[in-house]
Amino acid sequence: MAQIELNRLSKSFKKNHVINDLSLSAEEGEIVCIFGPSGVGKTVLLRLIAGVEEPDRGDICLNGRDVTEAAPETRGVGIAFQNFALFPHMSAYDNIGSALTARERDKNVIRIKVERVAKLLKISHVLQQAPRELSNGQKQRTALARALVADPKILLLDDPLRNVDAKLRYEMRLELPSLLKASGSTVLYVTQDYKEAMALGDRIAVLIDGGFAQIAAPSEIYRRPATLEVARLFGDPTINLIPGRPDGGSFAIAGVAVPLGPTYASETGRACVLGLRPESLKLSSQAKPGAFPVEIIAVTPLNEKVVLLAHTPDGREIFIAEAGVEDERRAPGPAFAHFDPAEALLFDEASGQRIEPAL
Amino acid sequence: MMERILRGAAITLILVFFLFPIFWIVLMSFQTNEDILRIPPSPFFTPTLSNYTALITGKLVSNAGTLDIAFMHNLWNSVLLSTVSVAVALVLGVPAAYAFARYKFPLSEDIAFTLLSFRFAPPLLVLLPLTLYFQEIGLTDTYVGLVWVYQLIALPLILWIVRGYFEDISPDIESAYRIAGHSWPATFLKIAVPLAGPGIAAAGLLAFIFCWNNFVFALILASADKQPVTVGSLAFVTASGIQYGQIAAAIVLSITPVLALALYAQRYLVEGLSLGAVKG
Repeated sequence: MAQIELNRLSKSFKKNHVINDLSLSAEEGEIVCIFGPSGVGKTVLLRLIAGVEEPDRGDICLNGRDVTEAAPETRGVGIAFQNFALFPHMSAYDNIGSALTARERDKNVIRIKVERVAKLLKISHVLQQAPRELSNGQKQRTALARALVADPKILLLDDPLRNVDAKLRYEMRLELPSLLKASGSTVLYVTQDYKEAMALGDRIAVLIDGGFAQIAAPSEIYRRPATLEVARLFGDPTINLIPGRPDGGSFAIAGVAVPLGPTYASETGRACVLGLRPESLKLSSQAKPGAFPVEIIAVTPLNEKVVLLAHTPDGREIFIAEAGVEDERRAPGPAFAHFDPAEALLFDEASGQRIEPAL
Repeated sequence: MMERILRGAAITLILVFFLFPIFWIVLMSFQTNEDILRIPPSPFFTPTLSNYTALITGKLVSNAGTLDIAFMHNLWNSVLLSTVSVAVALVLGVPAAYAFARYKFPLSEDIAFTLLSFRFAPPLLVLLPLTLYFQEIGLTDTYVGLVWVYQLIALPLILWIVRGYFEDISPDIESAYRIAGHSWPATFLKIAVPLAGPGIAAAGLLAFIFCWNNFVFALILASADKQPVTVGSLAFVTASGIQYGQIAAAIVLSITPVLALALYAQRYLVEGLSLGAVKG
């Protein structure tokens, strides 16, 4: 049974359609990352599920119960806000405990639960402090502890790592998956960092323009993005996009007919965009069949990889990423680039939809 | 160095300007009428407590004979009227301020503004019709009637000050408490009210002072036994002359409660509770 079931939700503020006919279902114990650029309505979506906002249309089912009209306190979800939203007049202990006091009268039970989750999140030593005395990392953990302490079946996390420093974010990115899995909750995790989404999500739901452009496993999203927009959002450096028309299984890049393989033969003459991941491109110093000439402009070593910026003869910018362990040091200058046709992505230019290769 | 001296001089000048009248009143309250009216005035005199004893016992002994004055009763009226008025205004105004801050409902801005507009109108504008109504419904010369009219002073003040404080609280904080399983009344009482606490204290204190200082409502709508000190002090203007000593003592006694309250409440006013609440 799906634990979170969103059915054709719509929500607009004044004339602005923030969420538009959006559906999603998440299974028990699953972590679904809701990923999208800022301002696409990720936070609004969480607020709809938590019951802070009401949808204009559509239903929300949590744990098999229709809660579209239910008050937030009856929905049984845990939430961590991006801005922490701690209660400034209560100690960290009372902040965390507040998630229990509504249902649990026994002070000892509350104490045991709060101390357990505090230990898990390494904030036991600051429980008696007020939020203003905590560092950002401790505030973030307190907010997370408050969301987790009641063992909610559904956990909503609104970009919880947005406001913490890089080191802590990295640590938390490593700790969170096991922490969330241990909680057994179904998690909706909002983020605008694609790496975070790929690291944490069982599935990623890519939110663009109020609807999900694609809901799939991280590797699927990366290797087989549904649209140009999705392809552009995942990957650093971003995917190379080259417009053109395939011609009998080949594609012209800077005047060179580069083979795409027989799988795209049927697309001859269609206005398309070829997508090439920077790491799919290989460089060679000699011309060879299927390789197109490039001029390497800049070389940026990034330890684990080297990112190269190159120009094609017709002036197009191309990013190439190579594993950084290669002995051969790259220098600016002319070279030839080629790729495995199986790694090429082809999109329809007008609709932005990816074209499935024919088998 | 020069700057410090100048600043000290400026502060001293301002303090003298504002505090000297109060100091002089305090001196006067320990003098007899003869000492006060002596020309030239002198700060050297034999202090007497006769003014205070007259006020507290309620027997004013003057050249013309003994006069009963109800000063202590007036003082008690002031305390009663101001306290009850502010309490009523807080009970009504704080939830209303919350509603105006958090919910958009039809005519909300218009209602809020109408309530504020009570503060623009001079009291005399409403006094005559009010007097007629009050006679009609039997509220003239009652505490209930006065407390009701005092809402014109206290309610808009509390409503508008507290509303601003509620608007400053991040709605996420309240949402977080509700999602944690608490009802909205609990959220209001445990989160919104404590966080707006300094604002509520400030608004309550201001409203108390405004009520305390009110003169004209009580003058018209109440008779002697319901009148506060502001009106009661008129009794010292007697047929045989103005009793400056008693007036001074009455002023000292009547500002003391407000001053004490202000000094007590000020530490709550400056406390910045919302620090560190949300990231920003």
